[in-house]
Amino acid sequence: MSPWARLIPVFAVTTLAGPVIVGLLFVLLPAFGYLPALGGRSVTLDPWRQLLAEPGVWRGAVVSLAAGMVTGAVSLAITGLFLAGFHGGRAFEAMRRLVSPLLAVPHAAAALGLSLLIAPSGLFFRAMAAFGLGSDRPPDLLTVHDPWGLAMMAGLIVKEVPFLMLMSIAALPQIEAPIRLAVARTLGYRPVTAWLKTVAPVLYPLIRLPVLAVIAYSSSVVDVAVILGPTNPPPLSVAVLRWQSDPDLSARFLAAAGALLQLGITALALGLWLLAERLVANLSKQWMESGDRGRHDLWLRSVGGFGIALIAMSAIFSFLCLALWSLASSWRYPEPWPNPLTVSNWFQVLPSTIEPLISTLQIGAVSTALSFAIVVAALEHELRAGRPAGAWAMRLLYLPLVVPPVAFLFGLAVAAEVLGVTPSLLLVTLGHIMFVLPYVYLSLSEPYRRLDPRWSQIALTLGVAPWRAFLAVRLPLLLAPCLTAIAVGFAVSVGQYLVTQLLGAGRVATLTTEAVALASGGERRVIGVWALVQTVLPAVAFGLAIGIPRLVWRNRRAMLDTH
Amino acid sequence: MAGPLVLEQVRLTLGDHTLLTIDATVAPGEVLTVMGPSGSGKSSLLAFIAGFLDPAFAAEGRILLEGVDLTGLPAERRRIGLLFQDPMLFPHLSVAGNLLFGVPRDAPDRRARVAVALAQAGLEGLGTRDPATLSGGQKARVALMRLLLSEPCAVLLDEPFSKLDAALKGEVRSYVFDRLKERGLPGLLVTHDEADARAAGGPIVRI
Repeated sequence: MSPWARLIPVFAVTTLAGPVIVGLLFVLLPAFGYLPALGGRSVTLDPWRQLLAEPGVWRGAVVSLAAGMVTGAVSLAITGLFLAGFHGGRAFEAMRRLVSPLLAVPHAAAALGLSLLIAPSGLFFRAMAAFGLGSDRPPDLLTVHDPWGLAMMAGLIVKEVPFLMLMSIAALPQIEAPIRLAVARTLGYRPVTAWLKTVAPVLYPLIRLPVLAVIAYSSSVVDVAVILGPTNPPPLSVAVLRWQSDPDLSARFLAAAGALLQLGITALALGLWLLAERLVANLSKQWMESGDRGRHDLWLRSVGGFGIALIAMSAIFSFLCLALWSLASSWRYPEPWPNPLTVSNWFQVLPSTIEPLISTLQIGAVSTALSFAIVVAALEHELRAGRPAGAWAMRLLYLPLVVPPVAFLFGLAVAAEVLGVTPSLLLVTLGHIMFVLPYVYLSLSEPYRRLDPRWSQIALTLGVAPWRAFLAVRLPLLLAPCLTAIAVGFAVSVGQYLVTQLLGAGRVATLTTEAVALASGGERRVIGVWALVQTVLPAVAFGLAIGIPRLVWRNRRAMLDTH
Repeated sequence: MAGPLVLEQVRLTLGDHTLLTIDATVAPGEVLTVMGPSGSGKSSLLAFIAGFLDPAFAAEGRILLEGVDLTGLPAERRRIGLLFQDPMLFPHLSVAGNLLFGVPRDAPDRRARVAVALAQAGLEGLGTRDPATLSGGQKARVALMRLLLSEPCAVLLDEPFSKLDAALKGEVRSYVFDRLKERGLPGLLVTHDEADARAAGGPIVRI
């Protein structure tokens, strides 16, 4: 093996961990007043005094903390109870098919759709009115931008449940759930209880890092918070972004202190979660040994089924809202649908989407291609070296997903400023890799490791060189999972808001940054068109990932059966 | 005619535990059968000879083929062919594509060789077929032809008949052993099945 090959995993990890560490460093310094480039030459606590004097900063911090914990707990509960109650059944198969499209929808588009659905003048209350359950005026309720961030949490849960579902489905084959269930069932345990007692304790450690990523993400999210979250005061992360983009450069010190507080809040959320884990483990130990065969089966199953049904319905109706608004000319309350329908919105708005669309495509294509190349190189190296990546490497991989992006991205933006790197498409693209790469890796590593090693061995014994065994055997055999990983990476890139905004210094416009910016404007017809255009890109990517293997392998039965 | 395959003082160990020791010479056209219970390291022996022993194992001794020491060579340069329990026909290639994969890249008449091999295996006209559509016996013959087209100097057989049903087993077995004898290749067969060992007709080592 060449000495360069040894550097591949090191390189992969540096790509992820390096920027996080540099970013955090450049948050720490200005948070204590030190940043000569901006005139801060001494270490002081002034930024913190300023931060604590900001109105509503604690309220915003508490909402962020709650968003992390609640989203994590509810998403995990719904995922777990649904799997427990419906695993292997028809509802489960339906959900399995719905998971990828749900994941493909960018967070911002899903949040925009949900805001149109549940707003006082949204589709939900119009439907109520149509059934005679409301007046001819929108109800006086704060269903979006509510002060406790419930709408924001709902928007997050709709997106995070499919993510945890996918991670669980990917992990299930490793733990032989059917055998465990069969043993418990023959001992008289009812299905949900059997699942919770024999499968859940083994499954949870396998999806623990994704769960922690959900908590970290939800406690520091920006785009969903701007669209659905409280406004006065906003969640901490939104406040940090606002200070950061303040034209008065001295606000950067305040922003840095805020970013550091955000890091603390996310760490607190994760810490509380780890404590809760222990508590649940202790409590459930008694329940495990209690001999309870399933007194609670019915309602536990109902909660799981109801939660998933609610998520699927709100996803479908959110999409319908976006579509209807994009086709509306006028849509007075309480009319249940717009009349007349028109395509003129599309003709008016589409030209302005072209430039952001091109930037989105460029950033997505390049960051996904580079991430894919790095991931395949790392997996290929691992395969040839004959040992899997260590646990520490796995943890580093999750670093950009567990450290709140608003904290280290803010620092990276400061670092770029200090080093005189101008914000550009290239810088944004490199930033995207930090978030695209982990997802590409998560998506591809299992199929890559599971591929029967005898395929490569037989190729080598036939006398072909290792690189040809890779190109002519492993890559084609893994075509379907490779394309899925590429689609996942591309969808992640398309959906990125914060990294584009911070490293582009507001000068790089993508479909997502524009859609989020529109959210506050409130022109719903325009929002409908933008959110749908934003959704089309990942949808096309997933469509190709499913369609290409079917086309290429239409005369290769075994290739279609196995994936 | 090829030269002999020599296993010189081979010893496989896993940690402190010695899995097997073997010292044998397989003459051209002869098949040496290695028999032993599961877990006795038979497959690891084949992996060691072929050149992809799991790094968890340690091996001593040398592998010589036609007098050349193979021990340090990578798998693709050892010229040792391998048949697994499954035919392992590449599912993404056609039948002819699988055979072409075996033919050395610099051979002047690659397609002609494939056509001859198809004819020899009684598979004329099936070159464009999806391997998944072949019968079990046909797959086994394609796998053997692919191996022979790669011009190996020795052949390893890892229980290659164990997954075939009884009716097919005898037919495929004699087809494989006849071809190896015809080419004068030394063979090393690992199996559980006494009937395999008898059919191979060579010396038997029990471990």
